[in-house]
Amino acid sequence: MKWSAVPYVAVRALTKNTMRTVLTALGIIIGVGAVITMVGLGQGAAAEVEEQVNRLGQNVVLVFPGERQLGGVSIGGGSANTLTVEDALALQEEIPEVVAASPEVRSQRVIVHGNRNWHTRVYGQSADYLQIRQWPLESGEMFTHEHVGRAALVAVVGQTIVEELFEGADPIGQTIRVRGLPLEVIGVLSRKGMSLMGSVQDDIVIIPYTTGFQRVSGRSHAMVINVQVYNQESMDIARAKMEDLLRERHRLAPDQPNDFTIQTQEEVAQAATETSRVMTWLLASIAGISLFVGGIGIMNVMLVSVTERTREVGLRLAVGARGPDVLLQFLIEAVILCVLGGIGGIVLGILSTEIIASYAGWPALFSMEAMIVAVSVSAAVGLFFGFYPAWKASRLDPIVALRRE
Amino acid sequence: MPIIELEEITRIYRTSAVAVEALKGIDLEVKEQEFLAIMGPSGSGKSTLMNILGCLDKPTAGRYRLDGEDVSGFSRSRLARTRNQALGFVFQSFHLLPRTTAQENVELPLLYREEGLSWKEIHRRAREALESVGLGDRLDHTPNQLSGGQKQRVAVARALVTHPRVLLADEPTGNLDTRTSLEIMDIVQRLNADGLTILMVTHESEVARFAERVVTLRDGLIESDERTEPLSARRELARWLAQAESEADDRTRKSEELKEVPEAEEVAI
Ligand SMILES: Nc1ncnc2c1ncn2[C@@H]1O[C@H](COP(=O)(O)OP(=O)(O)O)[C@@H](O)[C@H]1O
Ligand SMILES: [Mg+2]
Repeated sequence: MKWSAVPYVAVRALTKNTMRTVLTALGIIIGVGAVITMVGLGQGAAAEVEEQVNRLGQNVVLVFPGERQLGGVSIGGGSANTLTVEDALALQEEIPEVVAASPEVRSQRVIVHGNRNWHTRVYGQSADYLQIRQWPLESGEMFTHEHVGRAALVAVVGQTIVEELFEGADPIGQTIRVRGLPLEVIGVLSRKGMSLMGSVQDDIVIIPYTTGFQRVSGRSHAMVINVQVYNQESMDIARAKMEDLLRERHRLAPDQPNDFTIQTQEEVAQAATETSRVMTWLLASIAGISLFVGGIGIMNVMLVSVTERTREVGLRLAVGARGPDVLLQFLIEAVILCVLGGIGGIVLGILSTEIIASYAGWPALFSMEAMIVAVSVSAAVGLFFGFYPAWKASRLDPIVALRRE
Repeated sequence: MPIIELEEITRIYRTSAVAVEALKGIDLEVKEQEFLAIMGPSGSGKSTLMNILGCLDKPTAGRYRLDGEDVSGFSRSRLARTRNQALGFVFQSFHLLPRTTAQENVELPLLYREEGLSWKEIHRRAREALESVGLGDRLDHTPNQLSGGQKQRVAVARALVTHPRVLLADEPTGNLDTRTSLEIMDIVQRLNADGLTILMVTHESEVARFAERVVTLRDGLIESDERTEPLSARRELARWLAQAESEADDRTRKSEELKEVPEAEEVAI
């Protein structure tokens, strides 16, 4: 057969029934669109998490309660009750390389000012927390060790709180209420970042950990201890000393495993990206299933089409088409259908990712690889699901096919 | 040398229960440029014979030589090539591709040519073939824009576009009225006069009279093989038209006498 006639014949067959072609391609368009959207959002999230973790601060080590494996669990954690405030104080006082240590207690609370309220995260921290995080204030002051010592009812708030609760007005000296507990705002944090996730970081209220433990969260143990080490070079030694100290304080026998986990900023970042990478794959596989379903749709339509066009196939065979010619024709039809669907899917995927990203405040990242993979996969889907119908067509007996009404 | 030679051709259809012997031993020689009609009652084996002659089916036993080559042992793809290069088909039900222009329908066999023709050459040949059957002004018409006779002429053009050695027609006038049947037979006779060998299956003796040789089948065997002086389709067509005209005139006169309808002339045509 004339080689340039192969795509020509396939395209002519597809344009003869535009409606069916479009509807069939729709399955692939949606499948590829879903893959691109999911991968785009997943990779965007991964990049964001990485960036967020990198902004933790310099020379920061985190101590989590319980034993956790690297890359296994998310940063949230903190279910075990093994870390105490005294542990944090001991780390700071007994290890020279440790500059500061802040026991952290988090809770999700509704805060009220006047007739407005806002759901946010309330962090109990030490007076050194902002120094550890290297997070400057925009106005006012951070609470002091003296505030912490007497569990003072004071708070430092993030930019989102200023916007949502005070409508941009200066909150210093104002009172916010958490479960009826009045907290005086004494400081405002500077904006954390321009990125979409930055606004999430700015959605925060920081109070002395003593107040946090006793009056807000009802917990008794630290969820994390944020530790700042003197410099990068002393990181390893500080870490070893911390481990020894905590084991000793927790009275662990040599054969007992740690009941806490020490992670450097890099390790946390690595774990977080690993987690979001797994997430991306999960999302992509779910989207892949819809691509698969689209492929089954193609097979279905091709099978119907072969039955409908039995007479056409019979005629082609009668005028000299060979089995392979017919096979190739139907196969190329399916592949063209899928590739067109794939291109449509890329457009749909980019559009829907942009829309989701702008409405849900979710960062998106497009990768060329994801698009190439999506289109190649859909072409492969076309080949795979188009083969059986095409093979069936090529095996037709011309006499029988011509007689079919 | 005969272009077609059949020796002891048999064809047995085996179904699960019975075996039907559709052809019981056919010997036939067709010379080049002959116009042969195959007749016979329904079930006598005409279509079976036609399928074998057309290389669409293989005989159960016997030998079939086409243009000196024994095609009985050809593979599927070799048979496909033979159909494409040496044979042209015209079917009772036209078998044009729907929603496809006359030009593209005629181009179809050329797409399956082994030696690559350029698109320009393909277009030119298809146009020529359509012009030769008087459809040079219908190139872009799709089958549903064409009358039955025009469709069959497109089918004839499609059979001719490969310059075949033999034209095989299975009941080519079966779906056509008298006038268009005569027009098709006129084209077929003209092609025959230009040197094309033609085999035509028909069950109508009026149509068979346009052939110069009539083979009659009965129960899978040749019952008779006669040479006749063929009627001229062109003359028959002229006679039919004249008769139709005078009949129409009669009717027109009558209606004019009765009602004096001014548009009667148009109505009559
Ligand atoms: N595919 C088939 N399977 C079984 N029997 C068949 C088949 N085709 C034709 N026959 C039988 O072969 C005989 C000849 O059929 P056919 O060649 O179609 O005759 P005709 O065209 O003269 O009517 C009939 O008895 C018919 O029933
Ligand atoms: Mg028949």
